[in-house]
Amino acid sequence: MTTTPTLPVDRQDERLANRTGVRGAITGAIDQIRGGDLGVLPVVAGLAVIWTILQILNRGFLSSANLVNLLMECAATGVIALGIVCVLLVAQIDLSVGSVSGLSSAILGILFVTQGWNVWVAVILAVLAGMLIGFIYGQIFNRFGVPSFVITLAGLLSFLGLQLFVLKGRGTINIPFESPLVYFAQLAFVPAWLSYVFIVVAAVSLFLVGYTTARARTAAGLSAQPIQLIIVKSATLLVVLGLIAFYLNQARGIGWMFVLFVALVLVMHYMLTRTRWGRSVYAVGGNVEAARRSGINVRWVYTSVFMTCSTLAAIGGILAASRLAAASQSSGGGDVNLNAIAAAVIGGTSLFGGRGTAFAALLGIIVIQSISSGLTLLNLDSSFRFIVTGIVLLLAVTLDSVSRRSRTSHGRA
Amino acid sequence: MSIPTIDQPASAGRAEPRTSILSLRGASKSFGAVAALTDIDLEVAAGEVVAIVGDNGAGKSTLVKVLSGVHLPDAGTITFESNQVTIPTPTAALDLGIATVFQDLALCDNLNVINNLFLGRELRPGRLDEVAMEVRSWELLRQLSAKIPSVRIPIAALSGGQRQTVAIARSLVGNPKVIILDEPTAALGVAQTAEVLNLVERLRERGLGVIMISHNMADVQAVADRVVVLRLGRNNGEFTVGAVSPEEIIAAITGATDNAVTRRTAQIDLRTASSLDKEVTS
Ligand SMILES: Nc1ncnc2c1ncn2[C@@H]1O[C@H](COP(=O)(O)OP(=O)(O)OP(=O)(O)O)[C@@H](O)[C@H]1O
Ligand SMILES: [Mg+2]
Repeated sequence: MTTTPTLPVDRQDERLANRTGVRGAITGAIDQIRGGDLGVLPVVAGLAVIWTILQILNRGFLSSANLVNLLMECAATGVIALGIVCVLLVAQIDLSVGSVSGLSSAILGILFVTQGWNVWVAVILAVLAGMLIGFIYGQIFNRFGVPSFVITLAGLLSFLGLQLFVLKGRGTINIPFESPLVYFAQLAFVPAWLSYVFIVVAAVSLFLVGYTTARARTAAGLSAQPIQLIIVKSATLLVVLGLIAFYLNQARGIGWMFVLFVALVLVMHYMLTRTRWGRSVYAVGGNVEAARRSGINVRWVYTSVFMTCSTLAAIGGILAASRLAAASQSSGGGDVNLNAIAAAVIGGTSLFGGRGTAFAALLGIIVIQSISSGLTLLNLDSSFRFIVTGIVLLLAVTLDSVSRRSRTSHGRA
Repeated sequence: MSIPTIDQPASAGRAEPRTSILSLRGASKSFGAVAALTDIDLEVAAGEVVAIVGDNGAGKSTLVKVLSGVHLPDAGTITFESNQVTIPTPTAALDLGIATVFQDLALCDNLNVINNLFLGRELRPGRLDEVAMEVRSWELLRQLSAKIPSVRIPIAALSGGQRQTVAIARSLVGNPKVIILDEPTAALGVAQTAEVLNLVERLRERGLGVIMISHNMADVQAVADRVVVLRLGRNNGEFTVGAVSPEEIIAAITGATDNAVTRRTAQIDLRTASSLDKEVTS
């Protein structure tokens, strides 16, 4: 008798707990977490813990000025991590993103500074180099079935070698301060009023998307989010982002480079969740053979994913060089590789494939940069940074494995 | 290409002059030293239900995979709608209009029911039309009397039978011309089995060719027009349903020639063989 003909078609099964309204949405979310579908919750909780500890250790950590800087530092490696999210989604790995980003910085430095080419031509060629590298990875992977771990390990060494070779005897190439790249990466901040405009636009878009979807669903006889819930969500977004922007605007505000990173995250989110390509990425990560038998061009999915990853790595390299105003033999070396991969995993991308979102890159890199910035403020050297980041990474992967087990027992594998 | 007209009108509406829609001639497939298929012939006409039966390991699933582009046959020709074709990939099979429900179902556990139903055939590739896909999903599932509480839960959360229903529903998405069902009712409940058999009837009425693999003689008798028996990777007889008894089909499956005495001895042989096996292993 719970089933009446007026129920929407997707709500007619009597076993389905009838959750409606705002409260229903909350119970639903709690159920999902219990079932091991943690989403971004662990990383947000972890971030809160890390921030609290670092703030207690150093009063300056949560200051506007430090947070402004922290976000600027996130952009370059964050863009690289975004590519890593994609390869992890198809259950592969790219270990060479550091080298590829370093090579791309070197190409930019040599073409733009040493050879005096137009800056945008240099940028485009550096990005195309990244794209080409990803294409080559894809071809080797598809044709010979070499594990991506090995292909990209070889890439790590080879492209590092190439970077050292092209930069041999040149030392550090300084990118001029008056170039648009350095201006963009160091000095370009969103004016306060514009940051609020962006946030209002974001909240209004969230509302409009939610509202039109709800209307279309109701018209089609399906259950829909109640309008109050959509309003609550949009208003929350407005207030939270507004407060963050207000706080950051007390110092220099939000850097355009960070805005670029967020824009890339949003584009990637759209690609992954709203396009056929995105569906096939998740399908290949979940069950390659099923994807193949559904008529998905699995080889193309792999190639496109490797290309996306290397391209984003190249863009990350350009951003890093712009931020430092220099390209050198050590660009992209050190911990870039590890931080990018760790960020994707800490953000909640599963190493087992088929699970994760573009936001993992954003949240994960903020965690990593927080640790790095907090420990720098405490005058601790990189040894501590490595240890702490390592522990956080281990926690994240453990959580992934545990929640995976919990998902299997709750039927959400 | 003409089909051997062995089919008799079992009921009204079944018997039309049939045009072969998919046929396979002399197909062979080996996996290393194992010859899974040897010189297989198979034919299905529009509006015809062909059952393939055979023991475990007889090569039924391999045959299905040859027709659905998962395995490329080592030899043999495939004719689809009187054109000779090759089916090198699953995409090629789907493009021709051959939809398959695989024995292992081939679903993605991490995707929800809607995403699985429309995998590779999503509506509006650049901006997915989730609403239309959800509506269509419910239609398909209703049609199969599926007992699935929500289409937004991942496949991993479904029971074996529910998954099988999803796999069957998926084969209907692209308006195929031939549907191949590899043991479609193996995990299904009574009502769902009946629905699948009804569905097969309806597909036949709509003029689709249906190839159905089953170990259940009752199901085969209920819907098939023709039964093709495979044994150890070879054709081992072809029967018109209604013209033969289940025993005869079973004899062909097990390889006993068609009389009671040999059948009996074959059974005794089997039994002694298995008891010998036991002695050896114990
Ligand atoms: N991918 C493969 N690699 C190697 N051998 C295979 C492969 N697939 C099938 N075979 C072999 O081919 C033979 C036929 O297998 P097939 O799966 O077609 O049997 P089947 O008739 O579907 O059996 P069942 O009733 O158990 O489903 C078996 O001997 C099997 O071992
Ligand atoms: Mg089989």
